[in-house]
Amino acid sequence: MLCIAPWFIGFVVFTAIPMVSAFGIALTKWDIIGNPEFVGLANFQKMANDRIFYKSLSNTFLISFSAVPLNLTVALVLALALNQKVRGVNLYRTVYFLPSQMPLVAASLLWLWIFNPDFGLANILLAMVGLPPLKWLFDPDLARPTIVLITLWGGVGTAMMVFLAGLQGIPQSLYEASAIDGASRVRQFQHVTLPMLSPVIFFNLIIGIISSFQAYFTLIYNTTRGGPANETLIYIIFIFFKAFQDFEMGYATALSLVLFAVVLVLTGIQFLLARRWVYYEGDDRA
Amino acid sequence: MTLSDVATPSSLGMPAPLRSRRDRVRSGAIHVFLLLGSVFYIVPFFWMLTTSLKGSGRELTMPPEWIPDPIVWGNYAKALTVVPMLQFAQNTLVITATATVVGVLMSSLAGFAFARLRFPGRDQIFSLCLASLMLPGMVTLIPEFLVFKQLSMIDTFVPLIVPWSLGGSAFAVFLFRQYALTVPLELDEAARVDGAGAFRIWWTIILPLMRPALATATILSVIHHWNDFLRPLVYLHTPAKRTLAIGLALFKSEYLVEWNLMMAAATCMLIPIMILFFVAQRYFVQGIVMSGIKG
Repeated sequence: MLCIAPWFIGFVVFTAIPMVSAFGIALTKWDIIGNPEFVGLANFQKMANDRIFYKSLSNTFLISFSAVPLNLTVALVLALALNQKVRGVNLYRTVYFLPSQMPLVAASLLWLWIFNPDFGLANILLAMVGLPPLKWLFDPDLARPTIVLITLWGGVGTAMMVFLAGLQGIPQSLYEASAIDGASRVRQFQHVTLPMLSPVIFFNLIIGIISSFQAYFTLIYNTTRGGPANETLIYIIFIFFKAFQDFEMGYATALSLVLFAVVLVLTGIQFLLARRWVYYEGDDRA
Repeated sequence: MTLSDVATPSSLGMPAPLRSRRDRVRSGAIHVFLLLGSVFYIVPFFWMLTTSLKGSGRELTMPPEWIPDPIVWGNYAKALTVVPMLQFAQNTLVITATATVVGVLMSSLAGFAFARLRFPGRDQIFSLCLASLMLPGMVTLIPEFLVFKQLSMIDTFVPLIVPWSLGGSAFAVFLFRQYALTVPLELDEAARVDGAGAFRIWWTIILPLMRPALATATILSVIHHWNDFLRPLVYLHTPAKRTLAIGLALFKSEYLVEWNLMMAAATCMLIPIMILFFVAQRYFVQGIVMSGIKG
Protein backbone atom coordinates (compact mmCIF):
# COMPACT_ATOMS: atom_id res chain seq x y z
CA MET A 1 0.00 0.00 0.00
CA LEU A 2 2.88 2.30 0.82
CA CYS A 3 4.21 1.75 -2.67
CA ILE A 4 1.47 3.63 -4.42
CA ALA A 5 1.30 6.27 -1.69
CA PRO A 6 3.44 8.92 -3.45
CA TRP A 7 1.63 8.51 -6.73
CA PHE A 8 -1.75 8.25 -5.04
CA ILE A 9 -1.22 11.41 -2.99
CA GLY A 10 -0.19 13.22 -6.15
CA PHE A 11 -3.20 11.89 -7.98
CA VAL A 12 -5.59 12.95 -5.22
CA VAL A 13 -4.04 16.37 -4.66
CA PHE A 14 -3.38 17.36 -8.26
CA THR A 15 -6.08 15.53 -10.20
CA ALA A 16 -8.97 14.37 -8.03
CA ILE A 17 -9.32 17.35 -5.69
CA PRO A 18 -8.95 19.97 -8.47
CA MET A 19 -11.49 18.03 -10.52
CA VAL A 20 -14.03 18.00 -7.69
CA SER A 21 -13.37 21.56 -6.60
CA ALA A 22 -13.87 22.69 -10.20
CA PHE A 23 -17.58 22.01 -9.71
CA GLY A 24 -17.56 24.38 -6.74
CA ILE A 25 -15.49 27.12 -8.38
CA ALA A 26 -17.78 27.04 -11.42
CA LEU A 27 -20.58 28.31 -9.20
CA THR A 28 -18.69 31.39 -8.09
CA LYS A 29 -17.53 34.71 -9.35
CA TRP A 30 -13.85 34.96 -8.57
CA ASP A 31 -11.26 37.44 -9.78
CA ILE A 32 -8.43 35.80 -7.75
CA ILE A 33 -7.69 38.95 -5.74
CA GLY A 34 -10.90 38.99 -3.73
CA ASN A 35 -12.85 36.13 -2.23
CA PRO A 36 -15.02 33.88 -4.36
CA GLU A 37 -18.63 34.95 -4.38
CA PHE A 38 -21.33 32.32 -4.78
CA VAL A 39 -23.47 33.07 -7.82
CA GLY A 40 -25.26 29.78 -8.44
CA LEU A 41 -25.64 28.92 -12.10
CA ALA A 42 -24.99 32.47 -13.30
CA ASN A 43 -21.83 31.43 -15.13
CA PHE A 44 -23.77 28.92 -17.18
CA GLN A 45 -26.45 31.49 -17.98
CA LYS A 46 -23.74 33.87 -19.04
CA MET A 47 -22.40 31.19 -21.35
CA ALA A 48 -25.79 30.77 -22.99
CA ASN A 49 -25.71 34.45 -23.99
CA ASP A 50 -22.03 34.64 -24.86
CA ARG A 51 -21.58 34.94 -28.61
CA ILE A 52 -17.84 34.23 -28.36
CA PHE A 53 -18.59 31.01 -26.49
CA TYR A 54 -20.57 29.66 -29.45
CA LYS A 55 -18.01 30.97 -31.88
CA SER A 56 -15.15 29.23 -30.09
CA LEU A 57 -17.11 25.96 -29.86
CA SER A 58 -17.81 25.96 -33.58
CA ASN A 59 -14.19 26.90 -34.37
CA THR A 60 -13.00 23.97 -32.28
CA PHE A 61 -15.29 21.54 -34.05
CA LEU A 62 -14.42 22.93 -37.47
CA ILE A 63 -10.68 22.70 -36.84
CA SER A 64 -10.43 19.48 -34.82
CA PHE A 65 -13.01 17.56 -36.83
CA SER A 66 -11.33 18.37 -40.10
CA ALA A 67 -7.69 18.24 -38.97
CA VAL A 68 -7.77 14.98 -37.03
CA PRO A 69 -9.53 12.75 -39.61
CA LEU A 70 -7.43 14.35 -42.35
CA ASN A 71 -4.25 13.69 -40.38
CA LEU A 72 -5.22 10.09 -39.75
CA THR A 73 -6.09 9.51 -43.41
CA VAL A 74 -2.77 10.91 -44.61
CA ALA A 75 -0.97 8.92 -41.90
CA LEU A 76 -2.69 5.72 -43.02
CA VAL A 77 -1.87 6.29 -46.69
CA LEU A 78 1.76 7.02 -45.80
CA ALA A 79 1.96 3.99 -43.54
CA LEU A 80 0.63 1.77 -46.34
CA ALA A 81 3.19 3.18 -48.77
CA LEU A 82 6.02 2.93 -46.24
CA ASN A 83 5.11 -0.66 -45.47
CA GLN A 84 6.09 -1.67 -49.01
CA LYS A 85 9.44 -2.87 -50.21
CA VAL A 86 10.88 0.24 -51.78
CA ARG A 87 14.43 1.40 -51.73
CA GLY A 88 15.25 4.04 -49.12
CA VAL A 89 12.17 3.28 -47.08
CA ASN A 90 13.95 4.06 -43.81
CA LEU A 91 14.98 7.45 -45.06
CA TYR A 92 11.41 8.21 -46.07
CA ARG A 93 10.15 7.08 -42.68
CA THR A 94 12.56 9.45 -40.96
CA VAL A 95 11.61 12.34 -43.24
CA TYR A 96 7.89 11.91 -42.61
CA PHE A 97 8.33 11.26 -38.91
CA LEU A 98 10.72 14.02 -37.86
CA PRO A 99 8.39 17.03 -38.24
CA SER A 100 6.15 15.52 -35.56
CA GLN A 101 9.03 15.81 -33.11
CA MET A 102 9.69 19.49 -33.75
CA PRO A 103 8.96 21.45 -30.55
CA LEU A 104 5.55 23.02 -31.14
CA VAL A 105 6.63 26.55 -30.31
CA ALA A 106 9.49 26.33 -32.80
CA ALA A 107 7.17 24.84 -35.41
CA SER A 108 4.63 27.61 -34.85
CA LEU A 109 7.23 30.31 -35.39
CA LEU A 110 8.54 28.54 -38.47
CA TRP A 111 5.09 28.39 -40.03
CA LEU A 112 4.36 31.96 -39.05
CA TRP A 113 7.44 32.88 -41.05
CA ILE A 114 6.52 30.64 -43.98
CA PHE A 115 3.05 32.20 -44.14
CA ASN A 116 4.34 35.73 -43.69
CA PRO A 117 2.26 37.76 -46.21
CA ASP A 118 5.21 39.87 -47.39
CA PHE A 119 8.31 37.70 -47.30
CA GLY A 120 7.07 34.18 -46.58
CA LEU A 121 7.96 31.08 -48.53
CA ALA A 122 4.33 30.24 -49.26
CA ASN A 123 3.80 33.42 -51.25
CA ILE A 124 7.20 33.09 -52.92
CA LEU A 125 6.12 29.69 -54.19
CA LEU A 126 2.78 31.09 -55.33
CA ALA A 127 4.59 33.85 -57.21
CA MET A 128 6.79 31.27 -58.91
CA VAL A 129 3.74 29.69 -60.49
CA GLY A 130 2.27 33.09 -61.28
CA LEU A 131 -0.38 33.26 -58.57
CA PRO A 132 -1.19 36.38 -56.51
CA PRO A 133 -0.01 36.44 -52.86
CA LEU A 134 -2.40 35.41 -50.08
CA LYS A 135 -2.67 36.67 -46.52
CA TRP A 136 -2.95 33.13 -45.09
CA LEU A 137 -3.15 33.31 -41.28
CA PHE A 138 -4.17 36.97 -41.48
CA ASP A 139 -7.12 36.36 -43.78
CA PRO A 140 -10.29 35.57 -41.82
CA ASP A 141 -11.48 33.17 -44.53
CA LEU A 142 -8.17 31.41 -44.91
CA ALA A 143 -6.87 31.27 -41.33
CA ARG A 144 -8.63 28.06 -40.31
CA PRO A 145 -7.65 26.06 -43.42
CA THR A 146 -4.09 27.30 -42.98
CA ILE A 147 -4.02 26.02 -39.41
CA VAL A 148 -5.31 22.65 -40.62
CA LEU A 149 -2.57 22.60 -43.26
CA ILE A 150 0.06 23.23 -40.58
CA THR A 151 -1.27 20.34 -38.48
CA LEU A 152 -0.73 18.10 -41.51
CA TRP A 153 2.97 18.80 -41.26
CA GLY A 154 3.51 18.11 -37.59
CA GLY A 155 0.56 15.88 -36.79
CA VAL A 156 0.99 13.01 -39.22
CA GLY A 157 4.29 11.44 -38.11
CA THR A 158 3.27 9.85 -34.83
CA ALA A 159 0.02 8.37 -36.16
CA MET A 160 1.96 7.08 -39.15
CA MET A 161 4.39 5.19 -36.91
CA VAL A 162 1.51 3.77 -34.91
CA PHE A 163 -0.22 2.58 -38.09
CA LEU A 164 3.02 1.10 -39.39
CA ALA A 165 3.41 -0.92 -36.22
CA GLY A 166 -0.24 -1.93 -36.54
CA LEU A 167 0.28 -3.08 -40.12
CA GLN A 168 3.21 -5.20 -38.98
CA GLY A 169 0.96 -6.88 -36.49
CA ILE A 170 -1.35 -8.26 -39.17
CA PRO A 171 -0.50 -11.94 -39.72
CA GLN A 172 0.99 -12.52 -43.16
CA SER A 173 -1.06 -15.71 -43.42
CA LEU A 174 -4.24 -13.66 -43.82
CA TYR A 175 -2.84 -12.05 -46.96
CA GLU A 176 -1.63 -15.36 -48.31
CA ALA A 177 -4.97 -17.02 -47.69
CA SER A 178 -6.89 -14.20 -49.34
CA ALA A 179 -4.46 -14.18 -52.30
CA ILE A 180 -5.15 -17.87 -52.83
CA ASP A 181 -8.85 -17.07 -52.80
CA GLY A 182 -8.12 -14.60 -55.59
CA ALA A 183 -8.56 -11.36 -53.68
CA SER A 184 -7.18 -8.26 -55.38
CA ARG A 185 -5.05 -5.80 -53.46
CA VAL A 186 -7.97 -3.45 -53.12
CA ARG A 187 -10.15 -6.19 -51.68
CA GLN A 188 -7.35 -7.28 -49.38
CA PHE A 189 -7.15 -3.77 -48.07
CA GLN A 190 -10.91 -3.67 -47.62
CA HIS A 191 -11.34 -7.07 -45.99
CA VAL A 192 -8.03 -7.74 -44.25
CA THR A 193 -6.04 -4.58 -43.59
CA LEU A 194 -8.82 -2.22 -42.62
CA PRO A 195 -10.65 -4.59 -40.24
CA MET A 196 -7.41 -5.68 -38.60
CA LEU A 197 -6.29 -2.10 -38.18
CA SER A 198 -9.62 -0.71 -37.02
CA PRO A 199 -8.91 -0.85 -33.26
CA VAL A 200 -5.79 1.22 -33.79
CA ILE A 201 -7.58 3.69 -36.07
CA PHE A 202 -10.42 3.98 -33.60
CA PHE A 203 -8.15 4.52 -30.63
CA ASN A 204 -6.18 7.19 -32.46
CA LEU A 205 -9.35 8.95 -33.51
CA ILE A 206 -10.52 9.31 -29.90
CA ILE A 207 -7.14 10.25 -28.53
CA GLY A 208 -6.44 12.47 -31.53
CA ILE A 209 -9.59 14.53 -31.17
CA ILE A 210 -9.33 14.82 -27.41
CA SER A 211 -5.67 15.75 -27.47
CA SER A 212 -6.23 18.15 -30.38
CA PHE A 213 -8.27 20.37 -28.08
CA GLN A 214 -5.12 20.90 -26.08
CA ALA A 215 -2.41 20.38 -28.70
CA TYR A 216 -3.59 23.17 -30.97
CA PHE A 217 -3.32 25.63 -28.09
CA THR A 218 0.41 26.13 -28.57
CA LEU A 219 0.14 26.37 -32.35
CA ILE A 220 -2.71 28.87 -32.36
CA TYR A 221 -1.48 30.90 -29.40
CA ASN A 222 1.85 31.42 -31.16
CA THR A 223 0.51 32.15 -34.61
CA THR A 224 -2.88 33.87 -34.67
CA ARG A 225 -3.78 34.16 -30.95
CA GLY A 226 -7.31 33.28 -31.99
CA GLY A 227 -7.56 35.97 -34.65
CA PRO A 228 -8.26 37.31 -37.21
CA ALA A 229 -11.82 38.24 -36.23
CA ASN A 230 -11.90 35.27 -33.80
CA GLU A 231 -11.83 32.84 -36.70
CA THR A 232 -9.25 30.60 -35.04
CA LEU A 233 -10.32 31.25 -31.46
CA ILE A 234 -10.63 27.65 -30.34
CA TYR A 235 -12.30 26.74 -27.09
CA ILE A 236 -9.12 26.11 -25.08
CA ILE A 237 -7.72 29.51 -26.07
CA PHE A 238 -11.00 31.11 -25.06
CA ILE A 239 -10.80 29.45 -21.61
CA PHE A 240 -7.19 30.51 -21.26
CA PHE A 241 -7.97 34.16 -22.01
CA LYS A 242 -10.93 34.15 -19.63
CA ALA A 243 -8.88 32.59 -16.82
CA PHE A 244 -5.46 34.13 -17.17
CA GLN A 245 -6.07 37.45 -18.89
CA ASP A 246 -9.51 38.50 -17.69
CA PHE A 247 -9.11 36.58 -14.41
CA GLU A 248 -12.69 35.37 -14.51
CA MET A 249 -11.84 32.15 -12.69
CA GLY A 250 -15.42 31.09 -12.01
CA TYR A 251 -16.55 31.58 -15.59
CA ALA A 252 -13.40 29.93 -16.99
CA THR A 253 -13.88 26.91 -14.73
CA ALA A 254 -17.50 26.61 -15.83
CA LEU A 255 -16.27 26.71 -19.42
CA SER A 256 -13.72 24.00 -18.72
CA LEU A 257 -16.43 21.78 -17.25
CA VAL A 258 -18.33 22.11 -20.53
CA LEU A 259 -15.16 20.94 -22.27
CA PHE A 260 -15.05 18.00 -19.89
CA ALA A 261 -18.66 17.15 -20.76
CA VAL A 262 -17.90 17.38 -24.47
CA VAL A 263 -14.96 15.01 -24.05
CA LEU A 264 -17.14 12.56 -22.12
CA VAL A 265 -19.85 12.65 -24.78
CA LEU A 266 -17.32 12.24 -27.59
CA THR A 267 -15.74 9.27 -25.88
CA GLY A 268 -19.16 7.74 -25.36
CA ILE A 269 -20.26 8.28 -28.97
CA GLN A 270 -17.07 6.83 -30.32
CA PHE A 271 -17.33 3.76 -28.15
CA LEU A 272 -20.86 3.22 -29.43
CA LEU A 273 -19.83 3.73 -33.04
CA ALA A 274 -16.83 1.49 -32.52
CA ARG A 275 -19.09 -1.47 -31.81
CA ARG A 276 -20.41 -1.11 -35.33
CA TRP A 277 -17.19 -0.93 -37.25
CA VAL A 278 -14.24 -1.85 -35.09
CA TYR A 279 -13.13 -5.45 -35.26
CA TYR A 280 -11.59 -6.92 -32.13
CA GLU A 281 -10.05 -10.33 -32.41
CA GLY A 282 -12.15 -13.09 -30.87
CA ASP A 283 -15.28 -11.02 -31.34
CA ASP A 284 -17.60 -12.53 -33.91
CA ARG A 285 -19.94 -9.61 -34.05
CA ALA A 286 -17.52 -8.07 -36.57
CA MET B 1 12.18 -0.78 -32.13
CA THR B 2 13.73 1.61 -34.61
CA LEU B 3 12.21 3.07 -37.69
CA SER B 4 13.73 0.21 -39.67
CA ASP B 5 12.69 -2.49 -37.21
CA VAL B 6 9.16 -1.96 -38.31
CA ALA B 7 10.05 -4.53 -40.90
CA THR B 8 8.77 -4.79 -44.41
CA PRO B 9 6.82 -7.90 -45.27
CA SER B 10 7.90 -9.65 -48.41
CA SER B 11 5.50 -8.82 -51.16
CA LEU B 12 3.10 -11.73 -50.75
CA GLY B 13 5.97 -14.13 -50.34
CA MET B 14 7.07 -13.69 -53.92
CA PRO B 15 10.84 -14.05 -54.34
CA ALA B 16 12.53 -10.95 -55.68
CA PRO B 17 13.81 -12.20 -59.06
CA LEU B 18 10.30 -13.17 -60.09
CA ARG B 19 8.94 -9.67 -59.61
CA SER B 20 6.77 -8.89 -62.52
CA ARG B 21 6.77 -5.79 -64.64
CA ARG B 22 3.58 -4.79 -62.88
CA ASP B 23 5.30 -4.92 -59.52
CA ARG B 24 8.09 -2.71 -60.79
CA VAL B 25 5.62 -0.15 -62.09
CA ARG B 26 3.89 -0.26 -58.73
CA SER B 27 7.07 0.27 -56.78
CA GLY B 28 7.99 3.14 -59.09
CA ALA B 29 4.63 4.79 -58.48
CA ILE B 30 5.09 4.47 -54.72
CA HIS B 31 8.51 6.06 -55.07
CA VAL B 32 7.16 9.05 -56.97
CA PHE B 33 4.38 9.46 -54.43
CA LEU B 34 6.76 9.31 -51.44
CA LEU B 35 9.23 11.64 -53.09
CA LEU B 36 6.63 14.27 -53.93
CA GLY B 37 5.09 14.02 -50.48
CA SER B 38 8.42 14.41 -48.72
CA VAL B 39 8.88 17.84 -50.31
CA PHE B 40 6.17 19.21 -48.03
CA TYR B 41 7.92 17.70 -45.00
CA ILE B 42 11.49 18.71 -45.84
CA VAL B 43 11.17 22.18 -47.37
CA PRO B 44 10.09 23.88 -44.11
CA PHE B 45 13.23 22.55 -42.40
CA PHE B 46 15.32 23.78 -45.30
CA TRP B 47 13.64 27.19 -45.12
CA MET B 48 14.28 27.39 -41.39
CA LEU B 49 17.98 26.57 -41.81
CA THR B 50 18.58 28.85 -44.74
CA THR B 51 16.78 31.75 -43.05
CA SER B 52 18.78 31.20 -39.88
CA LEU B 53 22.04 31.69 -41.80
CA LYS B 54 21.17 34.94 -43.58
CA GLY B 55 22.60 38.29 -42.65
CA SER B 56 20.25 40.77 -40.99
CA GLY B 57 17.78 42.15 -43.49
CA ARG B 58 18.74 39.65 -46.17
CA GLU B 59 15.91 37.33 -45.19
CA LEU B 60 13.63 40.05 -46.60
CA THR B 61 15.16 40.33 -50.06
CA MET B 62 13.11 39.46 -53.10
CA PRO B 63 13.69 37.20 -54.90
CA PRO B 64 14.91 35.17 -51.91
CA GLU B 65 18.43 33.84 -51.57
CA TRP B 66 17.93 30.08 -51.51
CA ILE B 67 21.49 29.59 -50.32
CA PRO B 68 22.52 32.48 -48.08
CA ASP B 69 25.47 34.50 -49.30
CA PRO B 70 27.39 35.12 -47.11
CA ILE B 71 26.56 32.38 -44.62
CA VAL B 72 26.29 34.05 -41.22
CA TRP B 73 26.99 31.50 -38.48
CA GLY B 74 27.13 34.37 -36.03
CA ASN B 75 23.33 34.42 -35.98
CA TYR B 76 23.40 31.44 -33.66
CA ALA B 77 25.65 33.14 -31.13
CA LYS B 78 23.51 36.26 -31.42
CA ALA B 79 20.24 34.38 -31.01
CA LEU B 80 21.54 32.85 -27.80
CA THR B 81 22.49 36.21 -26.32
CA VAL B 82 19.93 38.74 -27.58
CA VAL B 83 17.44 36.87 -25.40
CA PRO B 84 18.92 35.03 -22.39
CA MET B 85 18.46 31.67 -24.13
CA LEU B 86 21.11 29.92 -22.05
CA GLN B 87 19.32 30.98 -18.88
CA PHE B 88 16.07 29.62 -20.35
CA ALA B 89 17.83 26.40 -21.30
CA GLN B 90 19.13 26.04 -17.76
CA ASN B 91 15.63 26.57 -16.32
CA THR B 92 14.21 24.02 -18.73
CA LEU B 93 16.92 21.53 -17.79
CA VAL B 94 16.30 21.92 -14.06
CA ILE B 95 12.56 21.39 -14.49
CA THR B 96 12.92 18.56 -16.99
CA ALA B 97 15.56 16.66 -15.03
CA THR B 98 13.88 16.89 -11.62
CA ALA B 99 10.39 16.13 -12.84
CA THR B 100 11.61 13.28 -15.01
CA VAL B 101 13.80 11.50 -12.46
CA VAL B 102 11.32 11.73 -9.61
CA GLY B 103 8.30 11.21 -11.85
CA VAL B 104 9.68 8.10 -13.54
CA LEU B 105 10.65 6.54 -10.20
CA MET B 106 7.29 7.30 -8.61
CA SER B 107 5.27 6.04 -11.54
CA SER B 108 7.36 2.87 -11.80
CA LEU B 109 6.73 2.27 -8.11
CA ALA B 110 3.02 2.78 -8.63
CA GLY B 111 2.98 0.63 -11.77
CA PHE B 112 4.79 -2.11 -9.87
CA ALA B 113 2.28 -1.89 -7.02
CA PHE B 114 -0.70 -2.07 -9.40
CA ALA B 115 0.78 -5.12 -11.11
CA ARG B 116 2.23 -7.08 -8.20
CA LEU B 117 0.76 -6.14 -4.85
CA ARG B 118 -2.66 -6.83 -3.47
CA PHE B 119 -4.43 -4.09 -1.60
CA PRO B 120 -8.05 -3.08 -1.21
CA GLY B 121 -9.46 -0.97 -4.04
CA ARG B 122 -6.49 -1.64 -6.29
CA ASP B 123 -8.43 -2.21 -9.48
CA GLN B 124 -10.80 0.67 -8.82
CA ILE B 125 -7.89 3.05 -8.25
CA PHE B 126 -6.23 1.79 -11.41
CA SER B 127 -9.39 2.45 -13.45
CA LEU B 128 -9.45 5.97 -12.03
CA CYS B 129 -5.86 6.36 -13.18
CA LEU B 130 -6.81 5.26 -16.70
CA ALA B 131 -9.89 7.47 -16.71
CA SER B 132 -7.74 10.48 -15.85
CA LEU B 133 -5.98 10.00 -19.20
CA MET B 134 -9.17 11.27 -20.82
CA LEU B 135 -9.39 14.32 -18.58
CA PRO B 136 -8.53 17.56 -20.41
CA GLY B 137 -5.67 19.22 -18.58
CA MET B 138 -7.47 22.57 -18.61
CA VAL B 139 -10.18 21.27 -16.25
CA THR B 140 -7.72 20.68 -13.42
CA LEU B 141 -5.32 23.48 -14.32
CA ILE B 142 -7.50 26.35 -13.05
CA PRO B 143 -8.24 24.87 -9.59
CA GLU B 144 -4.63 23.78 -9.34
CA PHE B 145 -3.47 27.29 -10.21
CA LEU B 146 -5.69 28.70 -7.48
CA VAL B 147 -4.16 26.30 -4.94
CA PHE B 148 -0.62 27.31 -5.86
CA LYS B 149 -1.73 30.92 -5.73
CA GLN B 150 -2.89 30.44 -2.13
CA LEU B 151 0.47 28.82 -1.35
CA SER B 152 2.28 31.80 -2.98
CA MET B 153 4.08 29.42 -5.31
CA ILE B 154 3.26 31.16 -8.55
CA ASP B 155 6.41 32.14 -10.42
CA THR B 156 8.39 29.24 -8.96
CA PHE B 157 9.28 25.91 -10.55
CA VAL B 158 7.28 24.02 -7.92
CA PRO B 159 3.98 23.86 -9.88
CA LEU B 160 5.88 22.59 -12.90
CA ILE B 161 7.77 19.89 -11.02
CA VAL B 162 5.72 18.60 -8.09
CA PRO B 163 2.39 17.62 -9.73
CA TRP B 164 4.17 15.75 -12.50
CA SER B 165 6.64 14.10 -10.11
CA LEU B 166 3.88 12.76 -7.93
CA GLY B 167 0.77 12.13 -9.92
CA GLY B 168 1.35 13.60 -13.33
CA SER B 169 1.80 10.88 -15.83
CA ALA B 170 -0.99 8.36 -15.68
CA PHE B 171 0.32 6.97 -18.93
CA ALA B 172 3.71 6.16 -17.39
CA VAL B 173 1.96 4.31 -14.56
CA PHE B 174 0.04 2.32 -17.15
CA LEU B 175 3.25 1.60 -19.07
CA PHE B 176 5.07 0.31 -16.00
CA ARG B 177 2.13 -1.76 -14.88
CA GLN B 178 1.92 -3.51 -18.24
CA TYR B 179 5.64 -4.10 -18.20
CA ALA B 180 5.75 -5.38 -14.63
CA LEU B 181 3.05 -7.90 -15.50
CA THR B 182 5.47 -9.59 -17.89
CA VAL B 183 8.16 -10.16 -15.23
CA PRO B 184 7.94 -13.73 -13.81
CA LEU B 185 6.24 -13.78 -10.42
CA GLU B 186 8.69 -16.41 -9.09
CA LEU B 187 11.32 -13.69 -8.73
CA ASP B 188 9.19 -11.81 -6.21
CA GLU B 189 8.39 -14.99 -4.34
CA ALA B 190 12.04 -15.99 -4.08
CA ALA B 191 12.92 -12.54 -2.78
CA ARG B 192 10.03 -12.60 -0.36
CA VAL B 193 11.21 -15.94 1.05
CA ASP B 194 14.57 -14.28 1.57
CA GLY B 195 12.79 -11.64 3.60
CA ALA B 196 12.69 -8.72 1.16
CA GLY B 197 9.88 -6.20 1.52
CA ALA B 198 7.89 -4.63 -1.31
CA PHE B 199 10.28 -1.67 -1.67
CA ARG B 200 13.33 -3.95 -1.83
CA ILE B 201 11.66 -6.13 -4.46
CA TRP B 202 10.82 -3.05 -6.53
CA TRP B 203 14.24 -1.48 -6.22
CA THR B 204 16.50 -4.52 -6.56
CA ILE B 205 14.50 -6.87 -8.78
CA ILE B 206 11.75 -5.22 -10.78
CA LEU B 207 13.35 -1.87 -11.53
CA PRO B 208 16.50 -3.30 -13.18
CA LEU B 209 14.33 -5.62 -15.25
CA MET B 210 12.14 -2.77 -16.43
CA ARG B 211 14.97 -0.91 -18.14
CA PRO B 212 13.26 -0.65 -21.53
CA ALA B 213 10.12 0.78 -19.93
CA LEU B 214 12.27 3.17 -17.90
CA ALA B 215 13.96 4.39 -21.06
CA THR B 216 10.64 4.87 -22.82
CA ALA B 217 9.02 6.70 -19.90
CA THR B 218 12.10 8.89 -19.49
CA ILE B 219 12.09 9.93 -23.13
CA LEU B 220 8.36 10.66 -23.10
CA SER B 221 8.80 12.77 -19.98
CA VAL B 222 11.80 14.67 -21.34
CA ILE B 223 9.97 15.51 -24.57
CA HIS B 224 6.90 16.54 -22.63
CA HIS B 225 8.79 18.99 -20.44
CA TRP B 226 10.99 20.28 -23.20
CA ASN B 227 7.93 21.19 -25.27
CA ASP B 228 5.46 22.09 -22.55
CA PHE B 229 4.04 25.53 -23.24
CA LEU B 230 0.72 26.08 -21.49
CA ARG B 231 1.81 25.35 -17.94
CA PRO B 232 5.02 27.42 -17.94
CA LEU B 233 3.03 30.22 -19.58
CA VAL B 234 0.52 30.13 -16.75
CA TYR B 235 2.98 29.69 -13.88
CA LEU B 236 6.19 31.56 -14.75
CA HIS B 237 6.14 35.35 -14.97
CA THR B 238 9.62 36.69 -14.21
CA PRO B 239 11.61 36.78 -17.48
CA ALA B 240 14.65 35.15 -15.86
CA LYS B 241 12.58 32.14 -14.86
CA ARG B 242 11.22 31.36 -18.29
CA THR B 243 11.67 28.03 -19.99
CA LEU B 244 12.90 27.68 -23.57
CA ALA B 245 9.41 27.17 -24.95
CA ILE B 246 7.99 30.41 -23.57
CA GLY B 247 11.30 32.20 -24.01
CA LEU B 248 11.19 31.41 -27.70
CA ALA B 249 7.55 32.45 -27.97
CA LEU B 250 8.34 35.81 -26.41
CA PHE B 251 11.20 36.32 -28.83
CA LYS B 252 8.53 37.36 -31.25
CA SER B 253 6.59 39.79 -29.12
CA GLU B 254 9.28 41.45 -27.03
CA TYR B 255 12.17 41.90 -29.42
CA LEU B 256 12.46 43.27 -32.88
CA VAL B 257 11.22 40.74 -35.37
CA GLU B 258 14.42 39.44 -36.85
CA TRP B 259 13.36 36.28 -38.59
CA ASN B 260 16.89 35.05 -39.14
CA LEU B 261 17.61 35.12 -35.40
CA MET B 262 14.25 33.63 -34.58
CA MET B 263 14.88 30.73 -36.95
CA ALA B 264 18.33 30.24 -35.43
CA ALA B 265 16.74 30.06 -31.98
CA ALA B 266 14.10 27.64 -33.24
CA THR B 267 16.82 25.43 -34.70
CA CYS B 268 18.64 25.45 -31.37
CA MET B 269 15.51 24.26 -29.63
CA LEU B 270 15.13 21.42 -32.11
CA ILE B 271 18.71 20.13 -31.92
CA PRO B 272 18.57 18.40 -28.50
CA ILE B 273 15.39 16.56 -29.53
CA MET B 274 17.06 15.45 -32.75
CA ILE B 275 20.07 14.17 -30.82
CA LEU B 276 17.80 12.31 -28.43
CA PHE B 277 15.97 10.83 -31.40
CA PHE B 278 19.06 9.56 -33.18
CA VAL B 279 20.73 8.28 -30.01
CA ALA B 280 17.74 6.51 -28.51
CA GLN B 281 15.63 5.92 -31.60
CA ARG B 282 14.54 2.51 -30.38
CA TYR B 283 12.87 3.73 -27.17
CA PHE B 284 11.75 6.92 -28.81
CA VAL B 285 9.69 5.13 -31.44
CA GLN B 286 8.54 2.52 -28.96
CA GLY B 287 7.14 5.16 -26.64
CA ILE B 288 5.20 6.76 -29.46
CA VAL B 289 3.89 3.49 -30.81
CA MET B 290 2.92 2.23 -27.38
CA SER B 291 0.98 5.33 -26.54
CA GLY B 292 -1.00 4.94 -29.75
CA ILE B 293 -1.57 1.26 -30.20
CA LYS B 294 -3.09 0.00 -27.01
CA GLY B 295 -6.59 0.10 -28.46
